Amino acid sequence: MSFLEYAPAPESQSILHLKSDYGLFIDGEFVEGQGTPFQTISPATEKHIANIAHASEADVDRAVAAARRAYDTTWSRMSGSDRGKYLFRIARLVQERARELAVAETLDNGKPIKESRDVDVPLVAAWFFYYAGWADKLDHAGLGANPASLGVAAQVIPWNFPLLMLAWKIAPALAAGNTVVIKPAETTSLSAMIFAEILQQADLPAGVVNIVTGAGETGSALVNHGDVNKVAFTGSTAVGRMIARSTAGTDKRLTLELGGKAANIVFDDAPIDQAIEGIVNGIFFNQGHVCCAGSRLLVQENIHDEVIERLKARLSTLRLGDPLDKNTDIGAINSREQLERIRELSDIGEQEGAERWTADCAIPENGFWFAPTIFTNVSTSNRIARDEVFGPVLSVLTFRTPAEAIAKANNTPYGLSAGIWTDKGSRILAVADKLRAGVIWANTFNRFDPASPFGGYKESGYGREGGRHGLAAYLKPAASASAIAAAPAKPVTAAKAQNASEGAAASARAASSVTAAKAKKASK
Amino acid sequence: MTRLAVPKTYKLYIGGKFPRSESGRTYEVLSNSGEFLANAAMASRKDARDAVVAARSAVSGWSGATGYNRGQVLYRIAELLEGRRAQFVAEIRDVEGVSAAAASAQVDEAIDRWVWYAGWADKYVQVAGNANAVSGPYFNISVPEPTGVVAIVAPQDSSLLGLVSAVAPALVAGNTVVVIASEKLPLAAISLSEVLATSDVPGGVVNILTGSPAEIAPWLASHADVNAIDLVGAGSLDWISMQVAAADTLKRVFTPENGPDAAAPALGRITGFTETKTVWHTKGLI
Amino acid sequence: MTGTQLIPTERALALIGGEPSDANLRRYLHGIPGVDAVGLEQRAAALGTRSVKTTSKAWALDTIIKLIDLTTLEGADTPGKVRSLVAKALTPDAGDPSCPRVAAVCVYGDMVPYAVAALGAAHGDPDKGGVSVAAVATAFPSGRASRSIKLEDTADAVRAGADEIDMVIDRGAFLSGRYGLVYDEIVAVKEACKRPDGSYAHLKVILETGELNTYDNVRRASWLAILAGADFIKTSTGKVAPAATLPVTLLMLEVVRDWYRLTGEKIGVKPAGGIRSSKDAIKYVVTVAETVGEEWLTPHLFRFGASSLLNDVLLQRQKMASGHYSGADYVTID
Repeated sequence: MSFLEYAPAPESQSILHLKSDYGLFIDGEFVEGQGTPFQTISPATEKHIANIAHASEADVDRAVAAARRAYDTTWSRMSGSDRGKYLFRIARLVQERARELAVAETLDNGKPIKESRDVDVPLVAAWFFYYAGWADKLDHAGLGANPASLGVAAQVIPWNFPLLMLAWKIAPALAAGNTVVIKPAETTSLSAMIFAEILQQADLPAGVVNIVTGAGETGSALVNHGDVNKVAFTGSTAVGRMIARSTAGTDKRLTLELGGKAANIVFDDAPIDQAIEGIVNGIFFNQGHVCCAGSRLLVQENIHDEVIERLKARLSTLRLGDPLDKNTDIGAINSREQLERIRELSDIGEQEGAERWTADCAIPENGFWFAPTIFTNVSTSNRIARDEVFGPVLSVLTFRTPAEAIAKANNTPYGLSAGIWTDKGSRILAVADKLRAGVIWANTFNRFDPASPFGGYKESGYGREGGRHGLAAYLKPAASASAIAAAPAKPVTAAKAQNASEGAAASARAASSVTAAKAKKASK
Repeated sequence: MTRLAVPKTYKLYIGGKFPRSESGRTYEVLSNSGEFLANAAMASRKDARDAVVAARSAVSGWSGATGYNRGQVLYRIAELLEGRRAQFVAEIRDVEGVSAAAASAQVDEAIDRWVWYAGWADKYVQVAGNANAVSGPYFNISVPEPTGVVAIVAPQDSSLLGLVSAVAPALVAGNTVVVIASEKLPLAAISLSEVLATSDVPGGVVNILTGSPAEIAPWLASHADVNAIDLVGAGSLDWISMQVAAADTLKRVFTPENGPDAAAPALGRITGFTETKTVWHTKGLI
Repeated sequence: MTGTQLIPTERALALIGGEPSDANLRRYLHGIPGVDAVGLEQRAAALGTRSVKTTSKAWALDTIIKLIDLTTLEGADTPGKVRSLVAKALTPDAGDPSCPRVAAVCVYGDMVPYAVAALGAAHGDPDKGGVSVAAVATAFPSGRASRSIKLEDTADAVRAGADEIDMVIDRGAFLSGRYGLVYDEIVAVKEACKRPDGSYAHLKVILETGELNTYDNVRRASWLAILAGADFIKTSTGKVAPAATLPVTLLMLEVVRDWYRLTGEKIGVKPAGGIRSSKDAIKYVVTVAETVGEEWLTPHLFRFGASSLLNDVLLQRQKMASGHYSGADYVTID
């Protein structure tokens, strides 16, 4: 026996108490949806887990009405400190039920348990802790005194980090005083349903958070609902574009976290072993189902061969298999559709002349799997160098000078993230300055923190999640404050000043010109 | 006997140069009372395209300049505007038909607003940025950066103040600008371009088009190499279609504002066209 | 790579590109890529989360025992203490004859004769079922003595029957950039390990990573020791905190892996000091397996320098066999 195979170490599922059917969570209660329920399956085994309700347009309407009621009667009137206390409660309950949430997430999503256990769920708790503390400190969010919440937030989240994306959306929205209707991705509703139970345990007032499950049309009904004030979406650029179109001309605030094709730039003086780890983490973390994944490796030409050799050796130690096994590094692809897309793009990569190498690992019989793959000999015009694969596929390109690295890194309509690996501090700062990406990791990759703003340039979307910027995306300046811009300007209304940035959905919406005049609450 | 006047030819301002419209078109600029004042160039979509090329090529230099430097360059424009007060007052009186006092007030406010924004160039980063206390051994900082090329439909009912109110904040962070001036009141815009041309603002940083916003703005809204569009003066146009077109490349959009306070001074007008970049770096002593 | 045909010193000279002067060595050692502390520690922590259960765990526990240099390095050591240590080395678990023996006992030079005598016929190569005798030498632990004393210290232990010499490098010289001096001393000590029959006692070179302080220094010192002819690189004397850590050991394993890629030659690694629990030791075993490969998990290529670790492993072993938790009184002290 090889020691390295390790004996199976499956995480027990006995901690789960799953129901056979999950309803919608509206106005504090689980209710049946009007649509035909659909199944959620484990992508690792294709086995049925539970039936999930399908929210119709009328269900969405009910959910938005509940959120509006909760906003008008409860949540917007509650003190910030009390809102904060609810969020603290939620954070603690997430910690208490952490293992259960991790197992559910891994079962439903296919990601390795070590990631859901050590990354996703701890970050979920951290997100609620972080924003809980903001709830009674909104005056310091950068929008002047007494900023106002927006109202009802419609939120649509993806399947790659189901619970974490839910936390990214709900925590700042609630801290700022908004109420929420959120739609999980069709293939990954399970952890959101357990989260709904947590909300009941926390005694969160009914209607403050409503969860509607379903497919694309449910999401569409939600973001296009006439009575929502804010739309926050994480997902593909194609859908983000549709949402930006459909909200055009409305007063809805919009935050979009979309696709990416991040460059991970490795210079010849990089701390090489850590760079190899960073490359692996950058593209193979969560099976590459990461919008900020380092999917384009830009390696300095003089160390290309060495880096590839080391990378292949390292990839050969990755363990692909049962996501619930604690030693699994690479889990299942989330769905058959996604697997087909990854296959298709990889095949195109080969047809276009790139050289394909796949780690030698046994693929389980059932479920959706794709072994870690790297393409060398990739040119900037190849589709695998331009399209977001959203899978464990790395494209390797080379560069000769820092200027060339920057030019190639920026040569994409996306601009979400990038990585830089070099021992030279001044080069890190200069390259970071010139990269057109919202998050830049220097000598590290794929780090996330509730205090750290996250979001993209260009077609990777707009607005930021995390940090003070993420909070500001759910606030507007006090409506009645009078804006004294500066000496020259005649007093203008804050509404005007704020209107200036209305459509931009830009992260920092600070209207500094708003003085701390006695501001009354924004009346709806 | 009276001296025969030398009339001014009003042209476009693209890439630091004063071309005529490639289309060869002009249109008549009339006074408030309907008298002929000048022929202004009527920019075409190709002029808009050329302006975007000029703006794009100016991004790296302008955004790469230090905030201190941009602040000085912008302040210099205020100085030059001050020197040409009389000209602007006269033009505003001519086209808007307002009193000397009202025209003067508009010029004064435009100059003072320009000064206000100039002062932000080396400060907005401090106000909009953050040092982030993350849970781990990382240095983590968020800074706003210019988004790139900004297209602007200037307020249509103000000769100078509206234009300045939209253009100045976009420049503060280091964006470059393609602006469509007020269709009916373009004279001050063209004079502003003369100020810009003799200032330290590099060619291409500001590009001024005169003509029909209804004709040109949609081309800018759908142009893939434009990063943001300010529709502040597009209220009477089909701006929703432009916002929809802008969504194709996920442009940042400011929506229309009406009235004398359109594009009122606010930090949000600067930060709205910036991108927050967050940089992580490991911290290791050993 | 032509290096494999050359004898060690010549190969080192070829790699260094000249005489092993401070300047040449500096150029070589400082040309090696740096180490990012955060990334290294994260990788080590990730390796530490491997879950090793059932059959894998049983194999790991036995392997750990076979890789232990059971150590006593006290000023109060006596022949009686050494005899007791040897007895424990030969029969780790008095209640379980299937329990493997440790790889070696590790003692001060003057205790070597007592260790050799106590081992008797069991003295030998751990690969062949024997237990080796390792002696610390070169004015251990500080290394602060003249060259001649260090060499005589070494030769004396080898003459007395030591199979392995654990020398310390001159950390003062290393930290002040006198790499040539450190190099020469290792070469000289290696020569002092030569027996009359021409064979050599195995040389373990202790870097004392706690004093080198930075990961970059550890990486450079590892390369320096290997260039000079070390058979093993060892983290610590156990007398300086921090002693062995998982990140430092991972880093040294990476050097050994890179040396193997370069020359085809396998160098051993010995973390020493501070590894007291089976749980920790298993993390090291995982780190070896996933960094250089399982073939390194043999006494000639990996050792634990430890004393209290053995009993904790035995308690775990008993638990696996009996199904219930054992207690300290069910394992013997040495």
